[in-house]
Amino acid sequence: MSVVASRVRQGRILLQMAMRNLVASRVRTLVVGGIVALGVVIVVLGSSLLDSIDVGMTRSIQGSLGGHVQLYNAASRDPLALYGGTMGESVLEPIDDFARLKAAALTVPGVKLVVPMGIDQAMVSMGNVFDVALERLRADVRRRMEQGAPADAPDYEAHKAHLRRMATLLQQELRAAREIADETSGVYRDRKADFDALSTAVEGGFWETFDADPLGSLEFLENRVAPLSLDGGFTFIRYVGTDPEAFQKAFPGAQVVEGSPIPPGQRGALLGKLYAEEWLKLRAARRLDKIKEARDLNGRRIAKDEELQRWVKENTGQTRDILLQLDPVRTREAVRRLQAALGTKEEDPGKIVAALLDTNDDNFDARYRIFYVELAPLLQLYSVKVGDFITIKAPSRSGYVSSVNVPIHGFVEFRGLERSALAGMMSVLDIHSWRDLYGYMTPERAAEVRRLKERAGARTVAREDAEAALFGGGAEVPVEPVAVKPFDEAALLLAGGGRQSREDLFRRRYTQAETDTGVALNAAVILDDPRRIGETMPKLVEAAARAGMKVKAVTWLEASGIVGQSMGLLRMVLYLAVLIIFAVALVIINNAMVMATLQRVKEIGTMRAIGAQRRFVLVLVVVEVVTTGLVFGGLGAALGIAIVHAIGWTGGIAATNDTMYFLFSGPALIPRLGTASLVTSVAIVFLVSILSALYPAVLAMRVTPLEAMQSDE
Amino acid sequence: MPEPIVEAVDVAKVYQLGKTQVHALRHVDLVVERGEFLSIAGPSGSGKTTLLNLIGGVDVPSSGTVRVDGEDTSKLTERALTRLRLDHIGFIFQTFNLVAVLTVFQNVEFPLLLQGRMSSDDRRRRVNALLEAVGLADHARHRPSELSGGQRQRVAVARALVANPPLVLADEPTANLDSVTGGHIIDLMREMNRRDGTTFIFSTHDPKVMSHASAIVRLEDGRVVGRETAQGAEAR
Repeated sequence: MSVVASRVRQGRILLQMAMRNLVASRVRTLVVGGIVALGVVIVVLGSSLLDSIDVGMTRSIQGSLGGHVQLYNAASRDPLALYGGTMGESVLEPIDDFARLKAAALTVPGVKLVVPMGIDQAMVSMGNVFDVALERLRADVRRRMEQGAPADAPDYEAHKAHLRRMATLLQQELRAAREIADETSGVYRDRKADFDALSTAVEGGFWETFDADPLGSLEFLENRVAPLSLDGGFTFIRYVGTDPEAFQKAFPGAQVVEGSPIPPGQRGALLGKLYAEEWLKLRAARRLDKIKEARDLNGRRIAKDEELQRWVKENTGQTRDILLQLDPVRTREAVRRLQAALGTKEEDPGKIVAALLDTNDDNFDARYRIFYVELAPLLQLYSVKVGDFITIKAPSRSGYVSSVNVPIHGFVEFRGLERSALAGMMSVLDIHSWRDLYGYMTPERAAEVRRLKERAGARTVAREDAEAALFGGGAEVPVEPVAVKPFDEAALLLAGGGRQSREDLFRRRYTQAETDTGVALNAAVILDDPRRIGETMPKLVEAAARAGMKVKAVTWLEASGIVGQSMGLLRMVLYLAVLIIFAVALVIINNAMVMATLQRVKEIGTMRAIGAQRRFVLVLVVVEVVTTGLVFGGLGAALGIAIVHAIGWTGGIAATNDTMYFLFSGPALIPRLGTASLVTSVAIVFLVSILSALYPAVLAMRVTPLEAMQSDE
Repeated sequence: MPEPIVEAVDVAKVYQLGKTQVHALRHVDLVVERGEFLSIAGPSGSGKTTLLNLIGGVDVPSSGTVRVDGEDTSKLTERALTRLRLDHIGFIFQTFNLVAVLTVFQNVEFPLLLQGRMSSDDRRRRVNALLEAVGLADHARHRPSELSGGQRQRVAVARALVANPPLVLADEPTANLDSVTGGHIIDLMREMNRRDGTTFIFSTHDPKVMSHASAIVRLEDGRVVGRETAQGAEAR
């Protein structure tokens, strides 16, 4: 009992000596402690931030496109990259029969859902404002032809006037171009015909006789005038072809923010919201958004920022996009509203819109509000709206360019990845349309093509034999006479479903079996328990092998490619920073303690002479260093915790650019304190303390009692 | 007749200093009986400190044997030698050598803590009794830096005696003190020697200090050149 008490007392005296030594050399203690505390703050804060980023990104990627496991054809040359790789879209060998893979995968315990996917990018044509105006007028004409012309039709007249105004604007633009053109060149002669057509569309005579032949007039506008408008045209689109119903179940992070989901079993597309913002939004509005974001989030100012000045200049100089959209009725309304809002008497629509968009730091917020409250309701902000059809064109696998028309059911946003240029651009397409675009020859289709060729008498001939086969030059190539049957085009088209009208195609409901049967590029697998990803992957591969398919299984993180790797990179950077700071701490603590030991050689020698064992001296040094480490490590941890909470209370770290927005999986990062990070930091401090105490402790142990006998001289 | 507290037989100590060998002690024979108050005298470099180091077990002889309280120091392990110092020998140093960050009380208590045998109550009684004896009962909570040289050395005396060792070694205990204070320290040591029968061996080159000794051993060039009883010393 007394021995134990004595040991306790001995421990206390050790601790007391350590503490007093630390206090006695305050500067050294503060320097060493400061470094330790800084290191711990960085560990706690950094790992809390990273953990939160990790959790957010995991949720975003798993919930948006990644799932838990991704399966794809093992014969593929490239690895699967859901968000695209550094070298563009990865080339995957197709999974011939998704239904078979799905059935096989579902036999693996713990597998909840299997979703077919095919990711690709293609060109998409959106039409232009001329098309929109023409479409509206055509609807008017159709209604008038069906229901008769009412005596008073302000809408109809307004729509006509709108088109005439658009033609005028276009004419002004082309006239400007013509002034700098060489009138004798061939190109000019071609353009002269265009210009004449435009003049016709502007002249009063054309519009006076419009009602006499509305369809003919519409055709003239459509074929001769609309193509002269240079906007619209093509943009690129990146999409995932999938089973929309299964996709919605598997990926709660994919949210329809406007419109409605693609109805089960039907064709259609959901456009990526970010894609729409970037590519489909009225440019003036987009630029206003970007200026606002730069001002609000990044604290940039128009007066001091060349880029913002350029955007303002572009907005005031390019009002045509807005004016083209406004028919005379809306133009009057827009002018009236803007006059009231801006307090001006300006009558010219172009000038007043330009005045609205001529923003500076003082009036920007007010102008932004006026634009969205007063002007935007009169405009179509996006070149595509819910219910429109878009045409997607893609080079198919078989080499030819295939195209599909799909209705836009809505806009989709991937929660957490909304602003990621890589991930947020993704649109969703039904898998039937995707398969049409992909154009892959399933064995059945290939057989059908072969049958068609035989019926048409076509044969495959090697290039070097072609001449002989065609002109009968050589006897080596046996040419068997083939009875050529009459070519029944209509029957062929019917067989391929080509006669089905657009409406039929889009109203058609595919069964689940039809949706599943066919080609896919990869399959997202959702598990009941995400923690079992590692053990489930080989089972999935085995199950597919049993069904006769060679697939590769990768985790969602691997499949996310550079998106997921950024996480690992960040972690590496943090670990490296922590490593460096603690390496520095180790050297400094070690140095300081060596100095301290050398200064105390006499005291240590005295203790040894009086009867202290070497172990006592060792423990004394270690206790001193570890005490420093734990006290200041504790302070650092407390500070780190306080900072983490403070960040949380102030609403988190705001994402000031797209990269941050993506990393934070939202507009702000609220770091969450992980016990893991606290335990890690304590463990690191402990380890570093012990390591840095080792050498000075050994030095101290080597001090002999003889040192006590040395006089000070 | 009990065995002597210290018994050195044909002791030599050779230091290697670069390429030259320094013979600090040669053929030293010394017997110190229990209860003696022995002074080791001699000029600087005569080997006084070396002899004390060998007796104190902080160093071992190059040849010959040193027995302290019956233990042959050269046959002990480092650990056992440390234990011997702790349990059998008290040390008083020329430069006091108190632990600066500990209080007077804690400095005196230190050897008892290292021994780990006494209860805290017993320790407190023992430390207080010794502080009383050296006249520093009022200074228990002071730090060494708050004391005068004489007071510090008295703390050192108390520390040397606290574990009740049969032998106390003091290397020039008065060298850093003025003569009056030094006299007080020697008186204190003598008093303890008489009261408890503790053997004291101290080195000095101060004839005044030597005069208190019960016997004087004279060293020159590492050899014992004479041993005188107190009367002899006083006679000189």
